[in-house]
Amino acid sequence: MALDHLSHDCDVLVIGAGGAGLRAAIEAADLGCSVHVVTKSLLGKAHTVMAEGGVAASLGNVDDRDGWKVHFADTMRGGQYMNNPRMAELHAKESPARVKELELWGAVFDRTADGKILQRNFGGHRFPRLAHVGDRTGLEIIRTLQDHSIHKTTVAVSMETTIVKLLKDGDRVCGALGYERVSGRFVLIKAKAVVIATGGLGRAFEVTSNSWEYTGDGYALAYDAGAELIDMEFVQFHPTGMVWPPSVKGILVTEGVRGEGGILVNSQGERFMFNDIPENYRNQTAKDKEEGWRYVTGDKTAMRPPELLTRDHVARCINREVKAGRGSPHGGVYLDITWIKERVGGPAKAAELIRKKLPSMYHQFLELGGLDITTERMEVGPTTHYTMGGIHVDGDTQMSTVPGLFAAGEASGGLHGANRLGGNSLSDLLVFGKRAGEFAAKFAKEQKAGWLDQAQIEAAATDAVHWMDAPTGNENPYTVQADLQKSMQALVGIVRLEGEMRQALDKIQEFKARAKKVCAPTGRTYNPGWHTCLDLPSLLISAEAVTISAIERKESRGAQFRDDFPDKSKEEAKWNMVVKKGPDGKMVLERRAVKPQTAEMKQIIEDQAK
Amino acid sequence: MSYAPGTVLPGPHAKGLGATARSDAWWAAPLGFFLLLAGFVVYSTWAAFQGAHYWVPGTNYISPFYSPELWGTSPHAWFGAAPPFWPLAILQYSPALLILGIPAGFRLTCYYYRKVYYRAFWADPTACAVGEPRNDYWGENFLPLILWNAHRFVLYLAIIFTCILGYDALKSFIFTTKDGGHAIGIGIGTVILTLNTVLLMGYTLGCHSFRHLVGGRCDSFGAKGSTTHSLWSGVTWLNERHPFFAMISLCWVAASDVYVRVLSISGWHDHLILFRF
Amino acid sequence: MSSPSPVPTTTRSEPRTFIIWRGDKDSGTYTPYTAEITAGMVVLDAIHQIQAVHAPDLAVRWNCKAGKCGSCAAEINGKPRLMCMTRMESLPPGPIHVAPMKAFPNIKDLVTDVKWNYAVNKRIKPFKPKQVEADGSLRMQQHDIDRVQEFRKCIECFLCQDTCHVLREHDKHAEFAGPRFFVRMASLEMHPQDAEDRREFLKKEAAIGYCNITKCCTEVCPEHIHITDNAIIPLKERVVDQYYDPLAAAIRFVFGSKK
Repeated sequence: MALDHLSHDCDVLVIGAGGAGLRAAIEAADLGCSVHVVTKSLLGKAHTVMAEGGVAASLGNVDDRDGWKVHFADTMRGGQYMNNPRMAELHAKESPARVKELELWGAVFDRTADGKILQRNFGGHRFPRLAHVGDRTGLEIIRTLQDHSIHKTTVAVSMETTIVKLLKDGDRVCGALGYERVSGRFVLIKAKAVVIATGGLGRAFEVTSNSWEYTGDGYALAYDAGAELIDMEFVQFHPTGMVWPPSVKGILVTEGVRGEGGILVNSQGERFMFNDIPENYRNQTAKDKEEGWRYVTGDKTAMRPPELLTRDHVARCINREVKAGRGSPHGGVYLDITWIKERVGGPAKAAELIRKKLPSMYHQFLELGGLDITTERMEVGPTTHYTMGGIHVDGDTQMSTVPGLFAAGEASGGLHGANRLGGNSLSDLLVFGKRAGEFAAKFAKEQKAGWLDQAQIEAAATDAVHWMDAPTGNENPYTVQADLQKSMQALVGIVRLEGEMRQALDKIQEFKARAKKVCAPTGRTYNPGWHTCLDLPSLLISAEAVTISAIERKESRGAQFRDDFPDKSKEEAKWNMVVKKGPDGKMVLERRAVKPQTAEMKQIIEDQAK
Repeated sequence: MSYAPGTVLPGPHAKGLGATARSDAWWAAPLGFFLLLAGFVVYSTWAAFQGAHYWVPGTNYISPFYSPELWGTSPHAWFGAAPPFWPLAILQYSPALLILGIPAGFRLTCYYYRKVYYRAFWADPTACAVGEPRNDYWGENFLPLILWNAHRFVLYLAIIFTCILGYDALKSFIFTTKDGGHAIGIGIGTVILTLNTVLLMGYTLGCHSFRHLVGGRCDSFGAKGSTTHSLWSGVTWLNERHPFFAMISLCWVAASDVYVRVLSISGWHDHLILFRF
Repeated sequence: MSSPSPVPTTTRSEPRTFIIWRGDKDSGTYTPYTAEITAGMVVLDAIHQIQAVHAPDLAVRWNCKAGKCGSCAAEINGKPRLMCMTRMESLPPGPIHVAPMKAFPNIKDLVTDVKWNYAVNKRIKPFKPKQVEADGSLRMQQHDIDRVQEFRKCIECFLCQDTCHVLREHDKHAEFAGPRFFVRMASLEMHPQDAEDRREFLKKEAAIGYCNITKCCTEVCPEHIHITDNAIIPLKERVVDQYYDPLAAAIRFVFGSKK
């Protein structure tokens, strides 16, 4: 087949233009490389814009007791020590510099009274640590990186372009084949190094806070190229997503609502979070409603209300209430912030306070739900939010097990371990975006251009268009995607059981067969049906990786909760689950010993635990 | 006009005056403003040419259209009966003709009025996402509209005028008694003229140019609560209500003239004397 | 105890007709489709349903579905709006007309070519910090950056560009930057720590004079940014300072210019 395509040549190819991708591109360009950025959407639309709370960095502007060691220990504790300790160390050390640098590029964070960057409290962080801009921090970060990168003359951007295959020369990657969504034309990009910054896989689940782009493309690309995926069982379900109206099902309701005093109530009006407080958190949790209120109003002697326990625990409690028939009419529970009127001097004062502290939540519910959160309760339920796992990378260089292939941000795994703290994703993408860009640039400079195998390219291209040119069936790609999402939600969701997950694996095999029979009529010009056909294989690889890793981990830890193994296991704590493509093309799983902590790091963790 | 299903078009949108897929009453607001402003222009022109009945004997009421009365025959005149340079042979003199250009110019170059009359009178555009009659367009980038950049200079004069009207409002508390003495009192006219000044102040001091001059031009306002910051915040409060003050003060100024005119013609007694001096 | 939220007793659906542009910049038709509407749906949900059921190749851009990314800009019943933020309940009865943005070339169906915007952005001089502290950060007061933060709420949906008649009706894309980029320049020009001066660019290349402040950009902004009053007019006034105000020029001549 004669391949009609556009060609680009660059030192570093960056796939994904969210925070991590853009930060990598900027770094590689600053080191003198030519960079090509490819993004599935328009520039500046990536999912980073959805981040609300802030970016974690131990600047110590609000509480000068904070420092990188505290941040490191917090991150390790949050991740239940499944983290790659080297990544957690680098992350904690470098994030303050990454945040300050953004400011010099034009970011405008909220300020303290003495004109420094303001920081706020967040779940799991010992001190006020999140630099923020109201509740739209992600937008600020992506816009800053976007506007900074467009002035780099050596950065080229292909917008609305999807990569379908990484090209290899022997062991190393040497480029990628993609297509322009707008024209349907193929794009061939030759590169000495490739950075994957494609985010996560939320779209494999039915209820998610993620956009359509989150189809696990990076995982599938890397997996196909021979790279390893690590910790894939750890998928974070955020406890509070909107459940109604249907149009916004899954959209995030920030932790800030609970931080300002919002309480969770079931249909019987019971504040159920007090019924189940894990033993190891009992000393740090409020005894009663009174103490919880004192905590959220800044009393440092009070303990946090149970609504502010870790995300995984709160999500499970909500799930249990709904399953027990004590849910709200649309299958969630009530999140009530209106009750604070009893404490702040009447409904008018409460309404004013809520609007001031939670402006974008107020508007989100008013405009999308027709609901005034100052007078009415919200209905919320767990939503798929973040993938802690991802491409297995070296902690310092962010290089995967495939030479020349790097990964950063949500696409890479290791930093967050079994559970991510709020605010650590934005700092992750800045710190490791930069590192991926830096080491990709170094790698590229040491390499000669690879050799592109024409047969490889043509095979990939034929694969990509046969849905249209020679379909083998008439499955609707949207239906296959929806069925996969339903299956994953029901069988590999918040509460997992081996039997159900085995069922899910069987279904994935069925979906694979159906995905081969999808068809997408009418032309390659901006054809979303065709795009969905091409997203399916990535989703299926990601779903399979999550499922087999989850089956293998026979314990409940962090984001993974197994009804058949409800407790933590000392034995399982020694292992990370790693999947890769076996020699026969089937997915294989390996147990890999968790990276040991250095004596210094151990000491820090011990010191901080005191 | 909306496009019916099945309409085959060379592109998604039609062009030309009123071309739109909007189904709401987009024409209502521009039509309303057209009638209001046209009505005001007709009335104020008529009133300005009268040259009589703009003040009320026995009171200090003077129509805001006629103040400051630089030359004129009323007791409010500053200099003489008619300005020496006035071409009496061609045009009959009226004090309003000499000064009305300033408030008119202020409103003509006002950022808010520009929006209103570009929409209502010039269809540029009539309403958002509605087609226009002309293809060519110069905006405020070329003559004559580039002159509107001088808005701040008209503002300086308008502030002076508003102060003079404030003085008129204060004077309107003073009345002449039948015996020729003076007295302090209050009349409906006093209330009308005082409110007129307040509304005009609200409008004039909420001006976009004024907001720029008192602080908007600075990148930093200095310390919180500094004079610059307080002034700018105050003017910003008024500026956010600029459309309200613009229209209400316009109507009120016309109403003030009507009231003075009616009083002057009818000779009604509208006030209460509080004490003589 | 707060009152329970209004909940429909059943999940009844009701068919509604959508008249959607199917075609490109050269030709096409307004094609009717039927979608089953249930309570709480937005226009984008209906479009997705039509895509999944009737027209898999119906082209539409979207991402976050929460009014935060600005991808799904279109014209609903003739008004430039975000499809994800337009609730079905808010529309009058009758067929719903959905068209792509007009100010940009149509690629296919509801998708337009907005690349021009990115080219304009590239020409704006970037942020240049004035005074960097020893620790590598800046000092700024919250009351100074309140103004700037309003502009930085912009989600680049380009609805303001679409509705601006200078672009929409008069096609001045080659000479005029459009409201989005006046907002961007305002965020830089009013930044307390920015050392750059963009007034010449504003006057000569961005042609701010073309704006006749008819405020349609402000009317359509889904982020409720006061584009005209807070960004464009203050910038116009700064251009006046530099180019049209002899008094200001005289003061600059005597006392020297600040920037």
